[in-house]
Amino acid sequence: MPPYKLRVNGVIREVDVEADTRVLWVLRDVLGLTGTKYGCGIAQCGSCTVHVNGRATRSCTLQVSQVGDRAITTIEGLSAEGTHAVQKAWIAEDVPQCGYCQSGQIMTAAALLASNKTPTDADIDSAMDGLICRCGTYDRIRRAIHRAAKEV
Amino acid sequence: MTPVQLGRRDFIKVGALAGGGLLLGVYVPQAKGSALPAAFEPNVFLRIDPSGEVTITVARSDMGQGVRTALPMIVAEELDAEWQSIRVRQAAAHPDHYGRMMTVGSTSVRNGAWRPLRRAGAAAREMLVAAAAARWSVPASELRTQEGKVFHDASRRSATYGELAQAAATVPVPAEPKLKDPSTFKLIGTSPLQLDAPDKVTGRAKYGIDARVPGMLFATVVHPPVFGSRVKSFNATKAKAVPGVRHVVQITSGVAVVGDHTWAAMKGAQALDIEYENTAFALSSTDIFRSFSELADKPGVDAKRVGDAAGALGRASKRLQATYEAPYLAHATMEPMNCTAHVQADRVEVWAPTQNPQGTQQTAARLTGVPVDKVTVHVQLLGCGWGRRSRTDFVEDAVETSKALGKPVQVLWTREEDMQHDFYRPAAHVRLDGGMDASGKLLGITVRVAAQPISGGANVDGPAVASIADTPYAIPNYLVEYCRATNAVPVGYWRSVGPSQNTFIFESFIDELAHAAKRDPVELRRELLASDPRMLNVLNVCAERAKWGSPLPAGRARGIALVDDKGGRVAEVAEVSLTGGKIRVHKVTLVADCGQIIHSGIVQGQMSGSVVAGLSAALYGEITIERGRVKQTNFRDYPMLRIDEMPEIDVHIVRNHEEPGGVGEPGVPPIAPAVANALFTLTGVRARRLPLRPEMFAPVGSR
Repeated sequence: MPPYKLRVNGVIREVDVEADTRVLWVLRDVLGLTGTKYGCGIAQCGSCTVHVNGRATRSCTLQVSQVGDRAITTIEGLSAEGTHAVQKAWIAEDVPQCGYCQSGQIMTAAALLASNKTPTDADIDSAMDGLICRCGTYDRIRRAIHRAAKEV
Repeated sequence: MTPVQLGRRDFIKVGALAGGGLLLGVYVPQAKGSALPAAFEPNVFLRIDPSGEVTITVARSDMGQGVRTALPMIVAEELDAEWQSIRVRQAAAHPDHYGRMMTVGSTSVRNGAWRPLRRAGAAAREMLVAAAAARWSVPASELRTQEGKVFHDASRRSATYGELAQAAATVPVPAEPKLKDPSTFKLIGTSPLQLDAPDKVTGRAKYGIDARVPGMLFATVVHPPVFGSRVKSFNATKAKAVPGVRHVVQITSGVAVVGDHTWAAMKGAQALDIEYENTAFALSSTDIFRSFSELADKPGVDAKRVGDAAGALGRASKRLQATYEAPYLAHATMEPMNCTAHVQADRVEVWAPTQNPQGTQQTAARLTGVPVDKVTVHVQLLGCGWGRRSRTDFVEDAVETSKALGKPVQVLWTREEDMQHDFYRPAAHVRLDGGMDASGKLLGITVRVAAQPISGGANVDGPAVASIADTPYAIPNYLVEYCRATNAVPVGYWRSVGPSQNTFIFESFIDELAHAAKRDPVELRRELLASDPRMLNVLNVCAERAKWGSPLPAGRARGIALVDDKGGRVAEVAEVSLTGGKIRVHKVTLVADCGQIIHSGIVQGQMSGSVVAGLSAALYGEITIERGRVKQTNFRDYPMLRIDEMPEIDVHIVRNHEEPGGVGEPGVPPIAPAVANALFTLTGVRARRLPLRPEMFAPVGSR
């Protein structure tokens, strides 16, 4: 197989893997970007969420051959120093408990705010209800999204 | 240097750091009356560098309960350190340096850390003050400390802790450092930035799954799906043909497929042909509950006996009998089971998201023959713990696989393996019989619990009867019996343990008694808690905040329940409706008395998170056994509460300076009975089995 050229966090990375390899494992095990997490492997929990051309996308079911020249952004590439409005709001509202699902939560919230500057609670529900937080931080996630919306 | 005795049972030692600085080690004996060890082995470390940086070694695992912030806060408070100067170092496993490192039972603050950490901070502060007093030739009594500095106000002089650290290291250790009056706490009880938060929002935080070692391979393990079964033989031809798969090795628990990356390993695992032996195990959940029921037909062993319960029931003018059941539950931690190991001839290195660092170390030593002191266990962050990671089965998988290959290997279970190879919360069958007099006063209760044991005790399994045998209610005549069940389903500790199912059972039954006596459920509980002022206060505050008894919109009802669990007293009121074929929990009022709290934001978060944990279990949680194996595989058939189902939660923490109690677990148990009790008020249907399914509550008349 020819290596795939992926645009990840603004950098072209060549990866020599099979066409059906899921982007999650390319990011984590081949490129060393471990901020994106594995939770279920079947797009049921959202811990693996990244941006593909700005859209929140489950990397655990996305095959490397399906990406093409679309830009992938991971939690590591959301901002250089953790200063994205969503990240700052997450700190201000003290959202993370164990923190494992939070990369996916933050990437999903960032994609929501990029397309909807003033999301209602219903908008937040429909954007975020594909994600699971086993620690149950949903109330703070909601508050943090509203806070970030005010800053954007 | 000779250690100085602190009080009767703690010992503290000071050491100088290379390059200048102060290092304090405190030894805390683990058992009452244990002797001073021959070799001084401190289990709490506090170092102050010349830069002013304060580093605190934390020997407990962080799974989201925030010990990596809460424990340093205790030291920082007594030290008067600047919060921004605090760094935390995670202790690697050691057999005895840190005492028991097992992080379970909401014990990190309440058992062990609270007093020695305060003493360590206070001793260091006094030594820094003494060093400043010597430098300035003034009495120590004229000095004060604040935010990492010592001040002499009269001469307007100040020095940072960093500047004083080296001199402080030569000062005698105070025998009895003076602890602060809790009413003067400035940091404890507040909500400073959690130390790991910046890493957790940027993807930099390192969980078990994020361990990366040069030359490592990635593996997954296929375990026999049927409990009690083993691998008889396997054919790896197709698995090895998967590009990226490097090795297929049999280990004790199953077959490991090892590759260049996890995807190759998972794909290879699917291509394995495995033949199992002992697959005739045909047990099902139906059989299991029938066997529990048969056990409960006969008397068990006494777990609690007060007065004459049988006699009280005999003279009761109102009798109520009920049988409750609770299912097995999986932990389903967000981060599936995983461990990374590098086994070499003379040493082993392990990176594990573990609640049990010492068990991990011993396991690795046992499996490799390498001495314990040559086994290094790095404790990673845990993507949830819930008790699952107190076990070491996943460690065995990694150590055995690495040993077979002589290379560093990360073993990661698929979600399906994680769900089907858990140590489940035990299923339970519980029979209750209660009697009241004509005025509705409780005379006595008998309870018979049939469940598998978690603990190794010979007679009564403590977890199986927890929060029933030790109910806070004063029941004049009370008998609790335990009937030991045995089968091949592995069981273990699940966040809040026995109280998670027993509170549903017992608090539902108390509610049944109240309704049978036509008494208000809060009022009956008040009567039974008359001699427990703290629990009574929690109940009263909760009822008041929830506006218990006030009118609600049509189609809504409230239910209440409480627990006294692991040093935390919690009451919850749930406001529910049943519309469109769905149980909806609109609002939860939670009041908790956990004694002295450390970080108020963590406590609030643990409480609201506990409600979510308990609701996922109450509304959806059920692991069923079919033909000897777990039927559920992933979040599709073992669902979790999501953000659109999140109730409004009003958390109120009772503030006091009592001994710290548990925080991470006691919020879980009351929510299931609070919801079930509300649903009874709403529909007249009493649910005596979890999970609570909407079809159980079809409106009266339509059943």
